[in-house]
Amino acid sequence: MSDTTLPKDPEDAAATAAEAAVPDAATALVAEAAAAQLADREPILQVRNLVKHFPLTQGIIVKRQIGAVKAVDGVSFDLYAGETLGIVGESGCGKSTVAKLLMNLEQVTAGEVFYKGQDITKLSGRALKAVRRNIQMVFQDPYTSLNPRMTVGDIIGEPFDIHPEVAPKGDRRKRVEELLDVVGLNPEYINRYPHQFSGGQRQRIGIARGLALNPEIIICDEPVSALDVSVQAQVINLMEKLQDEFNLSYIFIAHDLSIVRHISDRVGVMYLGKIAEIGSDAEIYEHPTHPYTQALLSAVPVPDPEAREHRERIILSGDVPSPANPPSGCRFRTRCWKAEDRCALEEPLLAIPTRFANVDTPAKHESACHFAEEKDVVGAA
Amino acid sequence: MPENTDSVILDSAAAATSGPALIADVDKRDKPRSLWNDAWYDLRRKPVFYISALVILFLIVIAIWPGLIATGDPLQCQLINSLNGPSSGHWFGYDQQGCDVYTRTVYGARASVEVGIFSTVGVAVLGAVLGGLSGYFGGWLDAILSRISDIFFGIPILLGGVVFLSAVKGGSVTTVSTFIILLGWPQLARIARGAVITAKEQDYVLAAKALGAGHGRVLLRHIAPNALAPVIVWSTIALGTFISLEATLSFLGVGLKPPAVSWGIDISSASEQIRNAPHMLLWPAGALSVTVLAFILLGDAVRDALDPKLR
Amino acid sequence: MTVIDDISDVPTPDASLAPLLEVRDLHVEFHTRDGVAKAVNGVNYSVSAGETLAVLGESGSGKSVSAQAVMGILDMPPARIPKGEIFFQGRDMLKMSGEERRKIRGRKIAMIFQDALSSLNPVLSVGYQLGEMYRVHQGLSRKDAKAKAIELMDRVRIPAARERVGDYPHQFSGGMRQRIMIAMALALEPDLIIADEPTTALDVTVQAQVMELLAELQREYNMGLILITHDLGVVADVADKIAVMYAGRIVEDAPVHDIYAKPAHPYTKGLLQSIPRLDQKGQELYAIKGLPPNLTRIPSGCAFNPRCPMAQDICRTDVPPLHPVGTARGSACHFWKETLGE
Repeated sequence: MSDTTLPKDPEDAAATAAEAAVPDAATALVAEAAAAQLADREPILQVRNLVKHFPLTQGIIVKRQIGAVKAVDGVSFDLYAGETLGIVGESGCGKSTVAKLLMNLEQVTAGEVFYKGQDITKLSGRALKAVRRNIQMVFQDPYTSLNPRMTVGDIIGEPFDIHPEVAPKGDRRKRVEELLDVVGLNPEYINRYPHQFSGGQRQRIGIARGLALNPEIIICDEPVSALDVSVQAQVINLMEKLQDEFNLSYIFIAHDLSIVRHISDRVGVMYLGKIAEIGSDAEIYEHPTHPYTQALLSAVPVPDPEAREHRERIILSGDVPSPANPPSGCRFRTRCWKAEDRCALEEPLLAIPTRFANVDTPAKHESACHFAEEKDVVGAA
Repeated sequence: MPENTDSVILDSAAAATSGPALIADVDKRDKPRSLWNDAWYDLRRKPVFYISALVILFLIVIAIWPGLIATGDPLQCQLINSLNGPSSGHWFGYDQQGCDVYTRTVYGARASVEVGIFSTVGVAVLGAVLGGLSGYFGGWLDAILSRISDIFFGIPILLGGVVFLSAVKGGSVTTVSTFIILLGWPQLARIARGAVITAKEQDYVLAAKALGAGHGRVLLRHIAPNALAPVIVWSTIALGTFISLEATLSFLGVGLKPPAVSWGIDISSASEQIRNAPHMLLWPAGALSVTVLAFILLGDAVRDALDPKLR
Repeated sequence: MTVIDDISDVPTPDASLAPLLEVRDLHVEFHTRDGVAKAVNGVNYSVSAGETLAVLGESGSGKSVSAQAVMGILDMPPARIPKGEIFFQGRDMLKMSGEERRKIRGRKIAMIFQDALSSLNPVLSVGYQLGEMYRVHQGLSRKDAKAKAIELMDRVRIPAARERVGDYPHQFSGGMRQRIMIAMALALEPDLIIADEPTTALDVTVQAQVMELLAELQREYNMGLILITHDLGVVADVADKIAVMYAGRIVEDAPVHDIYAKPAHPYTKGLLQSIPRLDQKGQELYAIKGLPPNLTRIPSGCAFNPRCPMAQDICRTDVPPLHPVGTARGSACHFWKETLGE
């Protein structure tokens, strides 16, 4: 676990991952699959077996742990340079915790996050600060993510105060004005306060702050879900434009499946702290093999009244179980219409299902289900 | 009906998801407007603010230069005048020692203002620092500080005052203020702690940490300015209550002691003569009440301006 | 129910033909520090029994404010209703006494809010709050009210209703709480339900459950339903007709199939183009330029003109009336024909 360098060779990577404690076979498969599929590209961020348990304690003075909320429980994925990886899931699935873990805003319980071969979860002090320059974040709520007592210029200029080497002092005001211009705001607004802006404009300010340090990766946690429909499109377009312009890699976390499809190259579906299915956007949306993905997709209201007659809706019963006490085996089994005894006993691993392993089909992508089978629920194919 | 500082939320349901709608376009006519500007704007439109501020200003001026409105000496007393009622040139009458009540009332302001300001500053600094740190860092620091403040909370302030102040045999402004600070800080610490905990959970604090900001920057640039409002409001009101606490302690004979001049001392001696010379009680007690009321009203006005949601 | 004199000019006393609710030329304004905010500026709509009207709009469009005016729960002041009529079952509610309106609220018209947690009292059990409706309005005994509460919870399909009737709101999940809100709204079998973003706070899979339940109960009780939402997808799923609001006005009003197939107002058209689709991967999204207007300074002429790709001089001077488009729809655009592509 103390080994913080990542071997370049994909096979070694798999071996290292397999040595890790938790469901090691899964990791090995992930690493192998990733290596096989995308051998020609080097991931910029590698997440291995990420685990975050929040302890539940009891007692006033002497606190004693009585359990844990398993917010993230073994999540692995890769992010490649210039791509957008979407992470979708319902509330409580752990997607926002993943964002905080990647930003080192929460301490991981276990697992590694490799940025350019370096495990950033173990970093602190100056080394961590250096990494932060390259990984930035855009927050969900534009109303609470900007300090109401600071001017826009101070907010966007703060990254330069913290990392003075990025912009010499005399240059800063000019840089802030440039950033305002880049995100489509009038540079004359530099002395205004956040409450003088609308939600969409505030989110642009948040994006400008995220861009200030020229990061390579931006983690976007529900960046448009608090915005009005007509403004959402503006912000999404801006983010896509910036991605091309600055060669950014995005991790785009959202609950809105349509927006995730629009912006993402690859998509991971999370359920109760685990990834249920991961693949390219077409694989996930048009050829989902995990029952949860299928239910999720079929539940999305489509803005087309004609569709309501001939669209199959899978209405799941019940609610998401508590992450403090997840079901044994497959976590989705309590709401799954396919569940059998095996699902309660044996946890399905995130891997390419064996039935698709030797076929050349878009269904050949990683899915954590014993009974993975293709089902087109969106009606696009 | 006074409005929210920046906007009225019309579409309440939608506002929950997308925020206030009225400020949708930022017009070129709008000047940069900080929240402090907004609060000041609100304050300036409140008559209560002007009245209480004028009273307090007047009080401070006569505390510094009592000679401006009182020509006599509060300690120059002639027993021959003992308990004399109001007369021309001495409209407030005389007390038992034959001192001019008017002069003593004017000079009494100084002790009250001194104790009020010293103890409030002390309580604010001690309480804000300890409460702020315990709220920000949490953990064992928070546990220890909270338990200590619980213990101080448990001490009845008057009983504690009688015991403590008779033990130190003081009687100066310093000892009284020290005592008030000692027993007063936990309350402010609690308020500061709550305000800091609220502020530290905001996304802008996470954003600063994500940029690599250290504890100092996070605390001073992000948390302190946003946690300051309740501390200011509480301190303003507390200043009034500390002044009345000083008077109470002096009245009980454990606070300031003669020859010091204080409203509490005068009220105490007046209460012995309440039947013969009610005028002795009227003026110092009136001055005390007006002063305390002024601070409480000012605190209310400031609270309304700083946080419209508290109404 | 007796009809009072001053509304004898109501079109038809025959309640079976008249719409359940008819809003006519409703105006609502708010007095703010920055001036008068005109939140609703002449809105007309109607709902019949068994019908679902979706009022669609962004924040600040006036969709919630107009519903709050119908429900009679606006804070006045700062709000004011300078003009308008709200006919419910043939009577203008704006002319009723406070007492009369209170009798309608809950019994005849019920409301479901977005945030179920803050709409329920945290210190009272769910069963008590449901039973309260019966105790207060129908004078049932505690025991009977509890039995009714359990029945109601069964009806909105809360599992193990009998065991959970004593639980408190925080012990239920978001979806279950929204079901309890629905149960409360249904308790007195109202004629009209106003649902203000009922599923916005819920997850997609739960959203589908709740919407389906609502639609089913509506059919069962033959209620009118006003669904206030910003979500074009939800509207397409359940609504019969739709009124699109912008800056306090209805800009387009149509049966749901028409509007999605062929929008007749540039704002509706822009909205439909700007949402990403689940079933196709588009290129760049169409984005309506600019921002919704400040309600204290609504642009002259058509409020949408600064953001409209089709705006001409007339749009900056003349407020477009709601032009009839075909038989059952209307568009408040000077160039509705061009927008339709005719």
